[in-house]
Amino acid sequence: MKMYLNSIFADPERTARLIDIAQSSFLPLMKGAIFYTIPLTIITFIVGLLLAILTALARISHVKIFQIIARIYVSAIRGTPLLVQLFIIFYGLPSIGIIIDSYIAAVIGFSLSVGAYTSEIIRAAILSTPKGQWEAGYSIGMSYSQVLRRIILPQAARVSIPPLSNSFISLVKDTSLASLVLVSEMFRKAQEIAASNYEFLLVYSEAALIYWVICFILSSIQQMMEKKLDRYV
Amino acid sequence: MILIQGLYKQFGKLEVLKGIDLEVGKGKVVVVIGPSGSGKTTMLRCLNVLETPTNGVISIEDNTLDFSKNVPKKNIAEFRRLTGMVFQSYNLFPHKTALENVMEGPIIVKKENRDAARKKAQALLEKVGLGDKIDFYPAQLSGGQQQRVGIARALAMEPKVMLFDEPTSALDPELVGEVLKVMKDLANEGMTMIVVTHEMRFAREAADEVIFMDQGVVVERNKPEEIFTNPKEERTRKFLNMIQ
Repeated sequence: MKMYLNSIFADPERTARLIDIAQSSFLPLMKGAIFYTIPLTIITFIVGLLLAILTALARISHVKIFQIIARIYVSAIRGTPLLVQLFIIFYGLPSIGIIIDSYIAAVIGFSLSVGAYTSEIIRAAILSTPKGQWEAGYSIGMSYSQVLRRIILPQAARVSIPPLSNSFISLVKDTSLASLVLVSEMFRKAQEIAASNYEFLLVYSEAALIYWVICFILSSIQQMMEKKLDRYV
Repeated sequence: MILIQGLYKQFGKLEVLKGIDLEVGKGKVVVVIGPSGSGKTTMLRCLNVLETPTNGVISIEDNTLDFSKNVPKKNIAEFRRLTGMVFQSYNLFPHKTALENVMEGPIIVKKENRDAARKKAQALLEKVGLGDKIDFYPAQLSGGQQQRVGIARALAMEPKVMLFDEPTSALDPELVGEVLKVMKDLANEGMTMIVVTHEMRFAREAADEVIFMDQGVVVERNKPEEIFTNPKEERTRKFLNMIQ
């Protein structure tokens, strides 16, 4: 540690080199974040959330077969490492003739993961809405899907924002795993840059800092949304 | 106008309704009283099929549901629109304003035009004395105000009959009057109403007929002045003694 700091500040030439690397790697890292990490996060979260709603509805439905399918899905995804799932989709499926582009493979893998984990959040939120809300909806003639869409889900959304934000922020960081299935997201960019100049600590720290800033912004948005939805509680 | 024949309801092994027969004429106000567990709320909930009867026939005007056969979901939804339900715990939609609560049914179920629905909802809220509260959320309203929104919400669907399930039981005593007043006005306008309540004064003043239920059957039915002053059945007498 002391040696490393010494080597930076004692030697002006090395200091200049590090500043130069930090500056020149910033743009490629940001490109990785803006074109890959952030879109990958947003797309997979939306797809995952839809999957989660369907899974939650299947879990609370009275149709046995839906319940079973949903249970197996959640159990399989939660019971296996995300990295292994990504490897099966990207490296494994080609052996049976299914070749998927790395970005699409990442979208599929992460969506399945988000869907399984957040389905439990959605299910709990739906079940936490009082039964009287369903009855009030039915009593004015609404159908199941109308009550669900207009009455239950908006209220469930309020309850599930804190845990969903948690999942969303986790997802931002999990996308770094996509580097291992060759998606050129931010962390893969960092690996490439570091491999060429051997300044691992600097470049990886820089990547870490960018992740942190993104997550900080997301947390602030979460607080804003909570405040906005608090108005009627 | 409303006809109930041989209505049975079982929850598992527990038989809550044991063959209810009842008819209610158009514009009549019927108050249902009875000890808790007598099945009065269940009967009311069967009338708009929030509970599916185990057996029996219910009809409102020329719409009939026969529960000795399988009843399609579509028929149930149609049947429900003939009834307006007011709940003990109001069950307003907390994420919608008073106005939006009342507009929801007309817009979503009846597919009414937004402006027309808004005008009608506004008029209904004025009618229940909440013209100045239309943009308030339920959490900003008192219990009595919430229940009046609940009544307006049910009325917005233009039901043939209004069902009240202990509408004042959850209210602070000083708020009961404002809800009962709205209900009396409604009765005077000729609305057909079935009211489950413990408010004996309301029964005396507004009911055309009082029904006493116990253990899943109708024990006695009569005009309010008769049933309160001169109950024919021993069980009715006991119950009235207990509450007065």
